[in-house]
Amino acid sequence: MSNDTSSPKVNYLNNDYSIKSWLLTVDHKRIAILYLIAISFFFLVGGLMAVLFRFELATPQGDLVSAETYNKLFTMHGMVMVFFFLIPSVPAVLGNFLLPLMIGAKDVAFPRLNLASWYIYMLGGTLTIFAAISGGIDTGWTFYTPYSSTYANTAVVTAGIAVFITGFSSILTGLNFLVTIHKLRAPGLTWSRLPLFVWAHYATSIIMLLGTPVLAITVALLAVERGLGFGIFDPNLGGDPVLFQHLFWFYSHPAVYIMILPSMGVISEIVAAFCRKRVFGYTFVAASSLAIAVIGFFVWGHHLFLSSQSVFAGMVFSFLSYIVAVPSAIKVFNWTATMFRGSISWETPMLYVLGFIGLFSIGGLTGLFLANLAVDVHLHDTYFVVAHFHYVMVGGVIMGYMGGLHYYWPKITGRMYNEFWAKISFLLIFVGFNLTFLPQFVLGQLGMPRRYYFYDAEWQTLNVLSSAGASVLGIGYLLPVIYFLYSLKNGKIASQNPWGAKGLEWEVADTPPDPHNFHEIPVVTEEAYAYAKEAH
Amino acid sequence: MGKAFQFYPEAASSFAGQIDNLYFFLVALTTVMTLGIVAVALFFFVKYRRRSDDECPEEIEGNIMFEITWSVIPLVVCLGIFFWGTNIYMGMVQAPPDSVPVYVVAKQWMWKLQHPNGRSEINELHVPLGQNTRIIMASEDVLHSFYVPAFRTKMDVVPGKYTSLWFRPTKIGTYRLFCAEYCGTSHAGMNGWVHVLSEADYAAWLSGNVANESMEEAGERLFTENKCNTCHAATGNTQLGPSLNGVYGKSVTLKNGRTVTVDDAYIRESIFQPLAKVVAGFNPVMPTYETQLNEQQIMQIISYIKTLKPVDGQEGGHE
Ligand SMILES: [Cu+2]
Ligand SMILES: [Cu+2]
Repeated sequence: MSNDTSSPKVNYLNNDYSIKSWLLTVDHKRIAILYLIAISFFFLVGGLMAVLFRFELATPQGDLVSAETYNKLFTMHGMVMVFFFLIPSVPAVLGNFLLPLMIGAKDVAFPRLNLASWYIYMLGGTLTIFAAISGGIDTGWTFYTPYSSTYANTAVVTAGIAVFITGFSSILTGLNFLVTIHKLRAPGLTWSRLPLFVWAHYATSIIMLLGTPVLAITVALLAVERGLGFGIFDPNLGGDPVLFQHLFWFYSHPAVYIMILPSMGVISEIVAAFCRKRVFGYTFVAASSLAIAVIGFFVWGHHLFLSSQSVFAGMVFSFLSYIVAVPSAIKVFNWTATMFRGSISWETPMLYVLGFIGLFSIGGLTGLFLANLAVDVHLHDTYFVVAHFHYVMVGGVIMGYMGGLHYYWPKITGRMYNEFWAKISFLLIFVGFNLTFLPQFVLGQLGMPRRYYFYDAEWQTLNVLSSAGASVLGIGYLLPVIYFLYSLKNGKIASQNPWGAKGLEWEVADTPPDPHNFHEIPVVTEEAYAYAKEAH
Repeated sequence: MGKAFQFYPEAASSFAGQIDNLYFFLVALTTVMTLGIVAVALFFFVKYRRRSDDECPEEIEGNIMFEITWSVIPLVVCLGIFFWGTNIYMGMVQAPPDSVPVYVVAKQWMWKLQHPNGRSEINELHVPLGQNTRIIMASEDVLHSFYVPAFRTKMDVVPGKYTSLWFRPTKIGTYRLFCAEYCGTSHAGMNGWVHVLSEADYAAWLSGNVANESMEEAGERLFTENKCNTCHAATGNTQLGPSLNGVYGKSVTLKNGRTVTVDDAYIRESIFQPLAKVVAGFNPVMPTYETQLNEQQIMQIISYIKTLKPVDGQEGGHE
């Protein structure tokens, strides 16, 4: 714990500058950086597509692009954002970087496997880009059969293989994290002393490991039907199209928790550090992650209320969907309670906590509409659904991801970002986001179906608002790219622990960390977030 | 069509009101809860802002009573919403027995609708005010979804099976019909209008054009054209296959000992996959008609079979 910054210490960034040392690195911190670069690229690609089709939707008639192009744009947007940004974002970047640091380990359990995950992800990503330019894909990211298996004339098999491959990067990351958390905790770091970020990643890894193989099987079956003509989903070949929906959502609903749980972990860390307090109800916040991981596997049928699934099944899935809402509510209440009588510092990461609480509340509560058998009949497949899941995914996942990126930026780079521009960016993202998606709730209730290339003229006002919001949102996202890159050379040198936060990653490991994380194995003697104990 | 900007969709079916009540309850809940949480969070944010750098707040351990309160209350509210919605939904799934059927075939990218009297329409549906109407749907290709926002009703059209929905229109007017399940290039163009007419207007519309044969007549013609009658008696005794008089709605025993009710789905399956459920006492010899008949023709044949009355002392198919 030295604050000596006069002579640059050896750290994971400056110990070797060669390209080879990056591309063949087995250091979890460098792999996190590799992921950060790749994920930012895919986010940019997915975002540009959204901007394009939001421009198209500014007028009721189709004019800017053709119907085929429009369909390919929203498909690629969904596919890129879900599989190449939202799912890996927090775990692969922040999780990779922080898990070993937080638990006092030198690296993850299988460092080579960790690097392999990144290469697998890149292979899947490259194939996706290849699919996009070699004909595109127009099935929607949900790949519903028999359209995808028989009728679509686009690069379905290529895109399917891309998703199949990328899934393995997720499986390997999950496996790596599980073993790391079980086996590599520092002496004294008992389960009840783990930071909530670690708990969240533990729960996430279970879902990754159990759920992702089902996705792989599903797209493999789709490819087999499309390529070889085996009847699995197409009724003309003796298959069942609804079977595909069951298999697809068996993974893709829990996948929502793969995205949101790690982000919730970040929020727990930030709220503790910026309130200088132990997270209120630590046990409940940790246990709710596990509850979400388990119950989350039994609610997939809420996507199938109108699919001709049986009425009884619909009732069971509706019921369980309401149960799974409770642990998320518990988390929100506990974070808010943590602020009570805290010492709250107003930097950007804390703003993202507030953003998360507000937007995720709307995302979660509008889920109650869609989990409802009667109300879902009206709202299913309308813009209401689009708005709802963007509030969960952008309002939840991206708020946590951005908050975490700001919070850990000094740890990762050794530099401070510009606080002023970061606040401006947060404001633009928050306002732009609400302007984009609040009107979509109204559009959905008015009956505008999703994935429509043109629409009734009376819906134009709301669509224009939404498109305007998307432009503001786009600028909000571009700002961090600029000020983060600028900070790498010109940012203020970060002190060892700029936020005065607790935790091995801030208190023991150097900033930026040593290539081997710790000079000697730390011994943990207190619970997580023991802010009060130190001062008195 | 030229309507002014609005925040609230028209409500024109018997369950639109019920769904809207729950919808607006949920809107209120979402608004109150979100504003409440954000207000509390912002209040703490300002009130407990850091005033000096060496500030160290006192530790507050969790509080089990708080945890129980904010777990149990949301749980109870959630269960209440679940029961409320499920209760409404139960009234939406079962069509009343007096419902008048309209047969719908969905295909990329159009709706083909046929009334029992043979009148068929494309992308338009005329229904009389106050009549329980049941939409029975099949798809010729991919998934589609029949959606009338003003009726607050929607149901997927799934290739390979029949799906259905019902409604009772409560307001005269013209309403949007959409395909809500993405179905390919012209998905957005797969829409039309539902016209709810007064009793008199509907009668006038019905009689306006009766050049077509009724669905039953078409079914009877197909029945002979496809030589169904060589094996299946329509009026007489059992032949090579089960006779069909009075069979609709009855249950029959299958070769494997199970029983099955003769309904639309079973008849359709028996024509497309005859060997799937063979009636006890018969040999599995019927070929499939998958390539000869399309979904609309099957619907016509079903309408015809429905009209076949039981012959005295003879209940077709019921061995
Ligand atoms: Cu879901
Ligand atoms: Cu359609």
